[in-house]
Amino acid sequence: MEKENTIVINGNRFNFVQGETILDVAQKNNIEIPTLCHLKGTTPTGRCEVCVVQISGKNDLVPACSTQAEAGMTILTESSSVVASRKQTIQKMLSMGNHNCAVRASLKESWTKYQLKVHQEDNSPELCPAWGDCRLQDLAYRYQVTGGGYSNVKALYPMEMANPFIIRDFPRCILCGRCVKACNEVQVNNAIEFGYDGEKQKIIARDDKLLKDSDCVFCGECVQACPVGALVPKDSRFERPWKTQKVRSTCSYCGVGCQIDFHVKDNRVVKITGAEDTPPNYGRLCVKGRFGFNFIHSKDRLTTPLIKESGKFREASWDEALDLTARRLSEIKKQNGADSIGVFTSARVTNEDNYAAMKFTRAVLKTNNIDHCARL
Amino acid sequence: MAGLAAAFGSGAMTNTIGDVEDAEVILLTGSNTTENHPVLSSFVKRAVKFKNARLIVVDPRRIKLTEFAHLWLRPNLGTDVAWINGLMHVIIAENLQDKVFVENRTTDFEKLKSMLEKYTPDYVEQITGVPAARIIEAARLYAGARAGAILYCMGITQHTTGTDNVKSLANLAMLCGNLGIAGGGVNPLRGQNNVQGACDMGGLPNVYTGYRPVTDAAVRKEMEEAWGVTGLPEKPGLTVTKMVPMAHTGEIKALYIIGENPLVSDPDLNHAEKSFSHLDFLVVQDIFMTETGRLADVVLPAACFAEKDGTFSNTERRVQRVRKAVDAPKDAWDDWRITCEIAKRMGYPMDYGSSKEIFEEIARLTPSYAGITYERIEREGIHWPCPTQDHPGTPILHTQQFTRGKGMFHAIDYIPPAERTDDEYPLYLTTGRVLYHYHTGTMTRRTDGLNERAPESFVEISAEDAKKFGVEDESMVTVTSRRGEINVRAKVSGMVDAGTVFIPFHYAEAAANKLTNAALDPVSNIPEYKVCAIKLSLAA
Repeated sequence: MEKENTIVINGNRFNFVQGETILDVAQKNNIEIPTLCHLKGTTPTGRCEVCVVQISGKNDLVPACSTQAEAGMTILTESSSVVASRKQTIQKMLSMGNHNCAVRASLKESWTKYQLKVHQEDNSPELCPAWGDCRLQDLAYRYQVTGGGYSNVKALYPMEMANPFIIRDFPRCILCGRCVKACNEVQVNNAIEFGYDGEKQKIIARDDKLLKDSDCVFCGECVQACPVGALVPKDSRFERPWKTQKVRSTCSYCGVGCQIDFHVKDNRVVKITGAEDTPPNYGRLCVKGRFGFNFIHSKDRLTTPLIKESGKFREASWDEALDLTARRLSEIKKQNGADSIGVFTSARVTNEDNYAAMKFTRAVLKTNNIDHCARL
Repeated sequence: MAGLAAAFGSGAMTNTIGDVEDAEVILLTGSNTTENHPVLSSFVKRAVKFKNARLIVVDPRRIKLTEFAHLWLRPNLGTDVAWINGLMHVIIAENLQDKVFVENRTTDFEKLKSMLEKYTPDYVEQITGVPAARIIEAARLYAGARAGAILYCMGITQHTTGTDNVKSLANLAMLCGNLGIAGGGVNPLRGQNNVQGACDMGGLPNVYTGYRPVTDAAVRKEMEEAWGVTGLPEKPGLTVTKMVPMAHTGEIKALYIIGENPLVSDPDLNHAEKSFSHLDFLVVQDIFMTETGRLADVVLPAACFAEKDGTFSNTERRVQRVRKAVDAPKDAWDDWRITCEIAKRMGYPMDYGSSKEIFEEIARLTPSYAGITYERIEREGIHWPCPTQDHPGTPILHTQQFTRGKGMFHAIDYIPPAERTDDEYPLYLTTGRVLYHYHTGTMTRRTDGLNERAPESFVEISAEDAKKFGVEDESMVTVTSRRGEINVRAKVSGMVDAGTVFIPFHYAEAAANKLTNAALDPVSNIPEYKVCAIKLSLAA
C-alpha cells in the first residue's frame, strides 16, 4: 500500500482522500470513535473533546472530528491516555448541570439533597427528560464515569418555558453547540448562537431574547439535535422511548413529503420526529410537521355519520348514511343525468383514496366531473 | 400544470428537492418558501450559504429569502409574463442562449423570438416597475449558469394568466438549456401534501391515472375492460371552479366532497356559499365539521393520515408510504372504504381488502407507476416514471428528450390582471399563507401552539399606505372589494410595497376569499387569488 495516502488506526492501515478527517476515515472503516458535539452534515468544531485520539509523536490529544488525516499518521483511538481524557471530559459535563439520572445514583453522598434541588428547578418529580435517550448518559456508562460531585448551586440560567413548543432547559445544557449547528447549518434559520463568555456562556437567540420573541421559527431541529435533555418538546417532555412505539410515515402538511416517525403510546401520537438518513428531508421538519399533530386526537373529530333533518344534524349509522347517499345520488343521476353530479376529491388524502374516488366517479356515476383543490 | 404539459408534455417538477443544492443559480419566484415549504427552503439556503449558489428572487413581497438573495426583483402584481419575456429578450440580444439545446431539443423558437422583440428592458420596466438594469443583470446571471434551477409556486399560477406565466418560465429554461440536467429544471412546488398524487390518480376532469386522456377511445376501452364496465364518458368534465358556479345555475345538482373545504378556500366566497345552498344534495366526507360540512345533507367521518395505510406522491414525484400509527376515533373510516361502500350500494362492487390491493390496481393501469410496489418503497420512495419493477425510478425528467418529443416554445404576450385598481378600489390585494397554518386551518387551528403563534388574520400594509389611509399598526380595519368585506388587524410592515396589501386566507372568520376575484385562467381554470382591487378604512 502507498504510504502517501494511508494512515494507521489501532494497528491497521487505511486509505484516505485529501480533506478527510480522522473521524471520516474511521467511520468509513467501521471503527467507532465516540462523538458528542459532532453533527452530521455540518462543519466540525472539535468543541466537546469526546472524540479525542492519540497520534504517535504528539504530546497533545487531538479531536478526530476536526483533525484532517495526514500521510503517515499512526493513531490510537482507545489508548489509556485517550480513555483518561474522555473520562475527565464526561465527568466535567456531568457535574455541570442537572443530570439527575441513574448514572449519578451510585454516589450516595448528598444524592437526596441534589434530587430535591433538581426537582424544584424542574417543577417535576421525574428524572431528567432525556433519561434513557441521552448521549452523555451512554458515554458515562461506556466509560464508567459516575459523576463528579454534585452541583447544589442554583443554576445560572433558569429553564425557559415561554413558548408553546420547546423547553430550553439551561440547567442541563452542556454547551456542545449541536443546536447552533442544526439551526445555522442544517435549517439555516440563523436564530441561535453562543452568547456571553467563560462561566457565563449560554446558547442564546439574538440579544438573548426569549425564543418566542426571536427569529426562531420553531422547526425544532435543535431539539432533534440535542444530545442531552437541554432542549425538549414541551408536549412530550417526559415521554420515555421504551414506552413508545415508532411508526415511519409521511408528513401531511405540504408537498415536500418529509419522512417522519410517529411516537405512539396507548393508541395516541405523543411525539413526531424527522426520519434521519432518508430523503427527501434527512431528519428535517418544520413547526407544523413536528409540533402540529394535536388535531389527530382532537375532541372535535367527527366520529359518527351525520344526517341533516329539518335543518339539524342527527347521528346516524353507517348503513343509514350510506344507503341515503347511494339512493339520492342514483335518483339525481336518473332525473338529471350523470353530469349533474360532481365529485371533489382531495389533495390531502392518499393515492388509494383518490383512485377510489376517481373510479367511483367514472365507472359508477359515469361522469368526468371530478377535480380537487390543486388550483386553490 | 397545463403550462408545463404544453411545453414539455409532462406537468410536474422536473428535478428533485435535493437537486437544488447542485444548482449554480436558483431563480425563485412566486414562492414564499420559508413559510410554505420550510424544509425545502433549507435546501435553497444551504445552496446559497455553503455551495456558492447565486439566488435570484422575484417577488412583490419582501419574503425571508430576499435576505439570502444576490438579486431581488420586485415586479408589480400580475406582470410575470413581462419580466420573463424581458429576461429572454436580453439573453437573445446578448447571444447568451444555449444554441445547441434550442436547435436539437425544441421547436417554435422563431415564433418566440419575434414576440420577444418588443420586450426591451425599458419597455419591461414600464410594465413591471423593475429597473431595466436589474432585468439585464438577472438575465446575465441566469443565462451564465452551468445549471440554473427555476422554483415557483402559486404566486405564478394563481393568476388569470397563470398558464402563460408557467409557459414563459418553461421558455426561459429551454432557452438556456436548463432541462434534463442536475441542478436545473422547472420546478413547481406543490402546495398540499398529495396534490401531485391526486393529479397522478386522475382526480382531474380530463384524465385517468397517469394523465391518460378521457377523450382517447383506446384508453377508455382499456379502462372499461379493466373495470368491467361499459360507456365510460368521453367528454371531459368540469373543474371545481366551474362546478361551483354551475351549482348556482342549477346545472350541478349534487356534490360529493372528500376532504375539502371550498367554503374557505374558494374565491368570492359569498357567491360560492349561495351556490352551495342551491344544491339538491351535498355529501361531505371529512375528519372535522367544516364550513362546507355545515351545509351538507350527509356528513361522513373519515380517518386522518395517522390512522391509515397508503401512499402520498410528493412534489418531486416521489411515491412514499403512509402508515397507520393509531386507530381512527370510533366510527371514522378510511376514505376509500367509504367511497367503495357507496359504489356497492349503487350496484357496482368495489371490493378491496386493503390499500395495498388498490395500489396494485393503480400500478396495473398506470404506466408511470407500473414498477412501484409497497415492498419497493418500504424504506425509501421512488420517483415516477417507473415503468417496470427493475427500473430505479426517474429523479430528473427529460434527460434525453421531452415527454412530448421536442420541447415547445410558446410566444406569449403580456396581459394585465383581470381586475385593476381605480379611484374607488385604490389598492391591490394579494393572498397567501403563513408558516403556522395549513390551507383552511381545519387541522392547524385545532393545535393550540400553532394558534398561539398565529392567532388571527391580519392585513400587511406599507407604512406609506398606512399613513395615507389613516391606519395604525394593530388597529382593526375593514377591507372591502367589489365582492365582500372583512375586518382584520393591520400589520404595518416592510413586507409589501406601497399600493399592495397582503392577507393570509386560512382564517374562516375573516376569510380573505370573501374579497378575491373568481376570474379564471382560461386554460387551467385557476382563480386569480393573487390580484384583486380593494379599499380599506378603520373599522367602525
